[in-house]
Order: sequence, then C-alpha cells, then structure tokens
Amino acid sequence: MAEVATLRVKTGLAEMLKGGVIMDVTNAEQAKIAEDAGAVSVMALERVPADIRAEGGVARMADPQRIKEIQETVTIPVMAKCRIGHFVEAQILEALEVDYIDESEVLTPADVEHHVDKWQFKVPFVCGAINLGEALRRIAEGAAMIRTKGEAGTGDIVNAVTHMRAVFGGIRRLQSLPPEELYAEAKNLRAPYDLVRWVAEQGRLPVVTFTAGGIATPADAALCMQLGADGVFVGSGIFKSGDPELRAKAIVEATTHFRDADILARVSAGLGEPMVGISAAELRPEELLETRGW
Amino acid sequence: MMGSPLRIGVLAVQGDFREHAAMLRRLGAEVVEVRTPEQLEDVDGLVVPGGESTAIMRLIRLYGLDTALRRLHGAVFGTCAGMIVLDRDHLGMADIVVDRNAYGRQVASFEAELELDGQSEPLRGVFIRAPIVRERGPDVEVLAELDGEPVLLRDGRVLVASFHPELTDDTRVHELFLDLVRERERVRA
Repeated sequence: MAEVATLRVKTGLAEMLKGGVIMDVTNAEQAKIAEDAGAVSVMALERVPADIRAEGGVARMADPQRIKEIQETVTIPVMAKCRIGHFVEAQILEALEVDYIDESEVLTPADVEHHVDKWQFKVPFVCGAINLGEALRRIAEGAAMIRTKGEAGTGDIVNAVTHMRAVFGGIRRLQSLPPEELYAEAKNLRAPYDLVRWVAEQGRLPVVTFTAGGIATPADAALCMQLGADGVFVGSGIFKSGDPELRAKAIVEATTHFRDADILARVSAGLGEPMVGISAAELRPEELLETRGW
Repeated sequence: MMGSPLRIGVLAVQGDFREHAAMLRRLGAEVVEVRTPEQLEDVDGLVVPGGESTAIMRLIRLYGLDTALRRLHGAVFGTCAGMIVLDRDHLGMADIVVDRNAYGRQVASFEAELELDGQSEPLRGVFIRAPIVRERGPDVEVLAELDGEPVLLRDGRVLVASFHPELTDDTRVHELFLDLVRERERVRA
C-alpha cells in the first residue's frame, strides 16, 4: 500500500532542493525567469519583502489565481507563504496543491501566540528560525524544513549570518553537553527534550536547513553555503536588482560552486546594480521581521 | 588491484548528493564530489542524484559536464532527477524516455514496498514528485515494478531508479550499483 504525507516524504522534497536556490516571485513571468535561471523552486507571494517593507500595510497570502498561473507556467516545485498561525490560508494553499507552505514572518502574523499545527497537513511546511530553540519548536509543530530568517527585504546579509551561527553553533554546543545536562538545556531552549537529545546525538537538525533574508549577491549565497546552509532562499535580491535574469543565474552558479573562488569571481562580475538595500542595524525594533515567531 | 576501494563520483551540482555519498562510503567506496569535468577523471563509476532536473541539467551543460559524462566508461546510477537526466531526451545514456512529475505534485508523493527482482525481502521505495518511464528500448531490463510501472531498470552499465534508495537505510540498490561498477571494471580489464 502506498503511504502519502509521511515525514520522510515531506522532508524528502526538501532533501531534493539542497544545493539549490529558491526564488521569490510575484507572477508567472518572474517564475519563468527563475526556472530558466536554474532555480530549484519558486516561492509565490503577493509582494517581495522589500516592497512589503516599503509599502507597509497587512501582508497576506498571495491571490490563488496568481499561484495557479505560476503553477501552470513552471515545472519546478511551487511554494507559497501563509501568515504565522493562519491555518485557513494554509488550508487554501493545500487545496491549491502547492508543494511547500512557508509559514512566514515576512507576512503579517495572524496569531501572536500559536503557529499552525503543521501535522494536520499533507503538504509539508518550511518555517523560519533565528536560533536552535525556535527551529526545534517549529519542527515539533511539524515543520519539515527550516530556514534561518535573516532580515527579509534588506539586502543585508548580517542577520542571516547571525542566525546561522546561532543555529549551527547551538547544535555544536549541544553536542558538547553531558547527557544529564540536556534536560535543563531543553528548558532553556524551550524545545522538546526528545528533539534536543536527537540533535545532541546526531549533530544536525532532523530536517534540511536553508538560509533566507538578505541574500543579494553571489558572494552572499556562497557565504551562507560555506557557513553550513543546505541551500538558499533569495527574495527581493533578484527581482529588485538591475538585471534579475543575470543575477539569478549567477546566484545559482555561486550556490553550486560555493567553495571555488575563481568561479565566484567570474560569476560576480558585471551583474549590474544590486538591490539598493537598507542596513539591518538601522531598522527600529518594530520594523524587524525576525522577531515574529514564538 | 584487489582490495583497493572503488572510486565513485557523485554529481554534486545540486540535489541530495550527500545522502548518496554517505551510503557509498558505508559500502566501502571512496567518494568524489563532481562539479566540474576534471573531477570526473579516474572515477570507476558515477551517481547522478535526486534533485531538480531542470537545475541539474542547466549546471551540467554550463560547465561542459554533458560531454564529459557521455565519455565515461564506468557504470552510472541515476535516481529520480538523475534518471531524467540520463534518458534519451537529455544525456541519452539510458535507452528510456521519462515523464517528469508523472504522479503529480508533492501531495501525491508517497512511500511503498517494492519487490526487488530475485529477492524475498521487500524494498522501501520513497517517491518524491517522481517520474514514470514511458518508453524503453529492447535491451532495458526491469528490476523492480510498482503497480505495473517499472521503477528500477538496467540498461547495460546504466542503472536508473524513479525512487530514492538513498533516503532509506537499505543499501541493496547501491550494492547492486557497485556490483555493476565492478563488473564493468572487469570487462574493461
């Protein structure tokens, strides 16, 4: 008998995306550019994070019509974002048969205490995290893939680096603890003990871990890969740049050849204007997206 | 050269190449990650992993790996996207034609028990947005089926699976591939 929606099947798709670039797109035309450039998947959303930041207002799930147009245009997996805790947006995205749902801090949260109970869904979920405890809480809720959050829509890589170091450093720290200290550590991390012990024993998260938030150049993508990311999400960095097609291709190549500085030098050259960006350090606390998620 | 480990290349431009590498190492092989043609020198066999076939194909062509792969003499094993990449419409190394995402979107991805040719113990097949073989040449052998569709096939030195043995702990399909690598080495010697 065939079994669908097992954890292995849900995490399995993320395994296939590794070493690849997932690109934010707002319409079918951008999705086609992303696919032709070598994206492993596209993320459908209403507005890219830089525009959400600039225009303000409530950011919601994309129009189902847009999502369908994107699904009809590309053959690579199509992901879409729902608001944190908005399980009905998630139900709609499941009905549309998107390949992954991103319960995302980039959209305006719908619940300030609870995330979606992701075990109730057949479609797998990816969730953001800024540290190990948050990653493990999302996995406990059923997330089948984690992405470190960074600070979306800034084009500034600094928070992505901070979050990756927090997650991967947190794992290394767990590995150094004697077994009897893992109970208290689970309390500190506000994460289930069984998951904490598993991570301490295996030295990794039980799901694929990508990086997001602030990647604007091939060098940014390669930096994330060298720091231990399994792959990268690029949001505003592509379609807010001077030449999206060229930049998208270059970021794909940089993600594959992330240790080859000669290739990185070649693909980084002559890409035109990167997205202008804003320094994450200059954002007011209430402007930060990374703090959304509980 | 009895006793020296087999040197297996794993195409590492994109996809779950680490899982293949880990399984091959468990079976005693030496693994080389392949991203450029030079890295294909001196490999005894090659694995094309699961991933996104459009992305993998683009990166293969961009770095001239298509020509280099076609020149390989050793055995080759492709899983899922790897199977697509090796078919007649892509690198043309296996005499099959494959339909991508033939079972549907991710919600239709599944696991199922497979009967492996000549073995009583079933094999767990993990199918992720899996392809289906639409056509196959007369010399292509079917080693496992699911609901009448071939899911593991051999065309001479090329082994292809529409599922992901690298996502389980069962090493039998990889052992089969390494047997094929050794067989091929003997033919060449």
